Amino acid sequence: MTEEIIIAGFGGQGVLSMGKILAYSGIMQDQEVSWMPSYGPEMRGGTANVTVILSDERISSPILTHYDTAIILNQQSMDKFESSVKPGGILLYDPNGISHHPERTDINIYQVEANAEAAKLGLMKIFNMIVLGGYMKVKPVVKLENVIKGLKKSLPERYHHMIPDNERAITTGMGIVKQIREV
Amino acid sequence: MDGTITKEAIFKPENIVYKKTSLMTDNILSYCPGCGHGTAHRLIMEVIDEMGLESETIGIAPVGCSVLAYEFMNVDMQQAAHGRAPAHATAIKRLMPHKTVFAYQGDGDLAAIGTAETIHACNRGENFTTFFINNGIYGMTGGQMAPTTLPGMKSSTSPYGRDLKSMGHPIKMTELVAQLPGTYYVTRQAVHTPAAVRKAKKAIRKAIEIQQMNVGLSFVEIVSNCNSGWKMAPVQSNHWMEENMFPFYPLGDIKVDGKLIEKK
Amino acid sequence: MEKELRLMKGNEAFAEAVIRAGADGYFGYPITPQSEVMEYLMAQKPEEQTGMIVLQAESEVASINMLYGGAGCGKRVLTSSSSPGISLMQEGLSYLAGAELPCLIMNAARGGPGLGTIQPGQADYFQSVKGGGHGDYRIIVIAPASVQEMYDSAKIGFDLAFKYRTPVLVLTDGATGQMMEKVYIGEQHPRLTEEEIKEKYPWATTGKSGGRERNIITSLDLDPYRHERHNIKLQEKYKTIEENEVVFEEINIEDADYAIVAYGTTSRICQKTMQLAREKGIKLGIFRLISLWPFPKKEIRELSKKVKGILCVEMSAGQMIEDVRLNSVDGAHIQHYGRMGGVIPSPTEIFDFFEKNYIKD
Repeated sequence: MTEEIIIAGFGGQGVLSMGKILAYSGIMQDQEVSWMPSYGPEMRGGTANVTVILSDERISSPILTHYDTAIILNQQSMDKFESSVKPGGILLYDPNGISHHPERTDINIYQVEANAEAAKLGLMKIFNMIVLGGYMKVKPVVKLENVIKGLKKSLPERYHHMIPDNERAITTGMGIVKQIREV
Repeated sequence: MDGTITKEAIFKPENIVYKKTSLMTDNILSYCPGCGHGTAHRLIMEVIDEMGLESETIGIAPVGCSVLAYEFMNVDMQQAAHGRAPAHATAIKRLMPHKTVFAYQGDGDLAAIGTAETIHACNRGENFTTFFINNGIYGMTGGQMAPTTLPGMKSSTSPYGRDLKSMGHPIKMTELVAQLPGTYYVTRQAVHTPAAVRKAKKAIRKAIEIQQMNVGLSFVEIVSNCNSGWKMAPVQSNHWMEENMFPFYPLGDIKVDGKLIEKK
Repeated sequence: MEKELRLMKGNEAFAEAVIRAGADGYFGYPITPQSEVMEYLMAQKPEEQTGMIVLQAESEVASINMLYGGAGCGKRVLTSSSSPGISLMQEGLSYLAGAELPCLIMNAARGGPGLGTIQPGQADYFQSVKGGGHGDYRIIVIAPASVQEMYDSAKIGFDLAFKYRTPVLVLTDGATGQMMEKVYIGEQHPRLTEEEIKEKYPWATTGKSGGRERNIITSLDLDPYRHERHNIKLQEKYKTIEENEVVFEEINIEDADYAIVAYGTTSRICQKTMQLAREKGIKLGIFRLISLWPFPKKEIRELSKKVKGILCVEMSAGQMIEDVRLNSVDGAHIQHYGRMGGVIPSPTEIFDFFEKNYIKD
């Protein structure tokens, strides 16, 4: 099994850390992982994206042009990556701020209203974990228990009290994700 | 007995009044006769010897006339790229804080190409000692203008005299580094007369002692002559130095115990 | 003992690895995309763990000369930088090579020339493997392609540096430096004590204790005949390195009709290209350079006899390809594919080029 994912949005939305949590979760279930960020000027306030690969085999290229799953969190990223999803793959996005919705008919499209939900719950800090929950529901590559293990491993001890909130956010995401198009 | 002393008698230990320190090698100095480098070398090595630091000292030779200082100083030595002796000394002292480390540099090395390394080592307060031989000229390469060449002074690249408007001003590095909080002892000395030599040796000893205290960089400038580069006889060059160099580069302590000396 | 498993960036893994390898000192100057190395070291406070010194110098020029000072004392010292900073270090590298001093340098290369870009590049190949500074010298150059190899390169690099008394360059780029992968953390090797240094490296300027003659570390010799002998000795050393330290990896070369030659980041990207080819029934293999200098001369010659064509993929206008051509048999079909200025080629574009130029329909 190999899962090739791009996560893209604004800097500050937790794109990179969401990728990191996915990568950690992969390690917890004995997979090979790679996490390749876009870096440089893009990091400073503009768009940010990260390619995450989870695989049972040695990972070849950490840099890709086509993905099994695209997780899209702003319009610029939608414009850039909608066409990069492999036919039959998944595009998961938060409709908040999206004016031009995806139009492809050869991929599975999902929405997770994470931004709205996070605001409602007062959990803006872990908005990205709601998105992650949505992803985990539609593509159960990583198990919840391994995500929690990964969080424990990656977060400094002083943040461990936030793990229950993270778990709640993931469960919320799993609950609110909805399918828009199915191939 | 006709009153003459034989060579053999002179060599007897009881008749010896002065002996070259064993920390100067027997290699023949490559410096021009009359140059101050040899005296400066000797004084530093005497101090290291007298303080019993022979086995704990590492010196850095620069690029310039004293590039071969390691041929004459009988301690462990490294030879640095042009201007970089403070970088060497910084690393050596940080990696082996209990050693005595000194950088021996000329004016082109320290005050032109190595300005950044000099200022930053001083500013960080590295615990080594810099010996700065300032003769106002590039001696090794044949008498070109140095950053410290005096206004109006002739050199092979300022053949009509240093024109301040087009060539800039001579830089007083010693006053400059004295302003930095990382320097603890900053002084300017000379080695052209016995009295000056005695004073210079005291300053060198003080600088090395301060290094043992770990309180910051100790910096000793020695204003020296370059009779070849200045195109003068040795004695004449010493007079010229007194009349021209000393008014611009006045001798004496500039910073003692981490405090600037008030000008009278 | 079970090794500790972490998820780390290439730059951070390298930084952790130098501490574990028993390094004595790091001297560096910030430059993108490798500033994490010094940031990581400063945060770890290795001085409190192993006694390792970390110093932010005033420039790359100062950094490399601090390496000279430390290496001259037999210490395990290193720096890291990126292309423009590495250019500034070439003077110092020439001195280090001339004075036969061991040290480790990491270059997270970016696109050039000049200030160029902060995105990855492989256009520093010539500078790295042909000497870089003035004079007849070579340095060992190793090119990691994964975070684990970034980690491993620290110990390997130091060991080679001291074995041959030579600078060793780890040539990577921003992509491998910024990428996170799994990495197994090895044991902590102790730093050498002063007594151990004196015994192992009697040439080091540690202070002339024990009644020995003074040690002199220099690259200068004004006697041309003596200096020529020194140069001959250096060349003999380089020959020994060429005979003993060539490292490479062959991936699916056994049955290959075609081969891609690449190193570092591009060698990873090309593995995907290879998958694409093999899915289409084209027997494409990869010859991955790990030591860039010494260059695998014999192996490339054998490869050029064996396959129908070689494609060199580099993030440059074609630098490594010169060494591939130089060592291949006459008439071998060898072409370059590359991107420049910080653009990373994609697996598919490499495949498209390969298919168009090598596979006749």
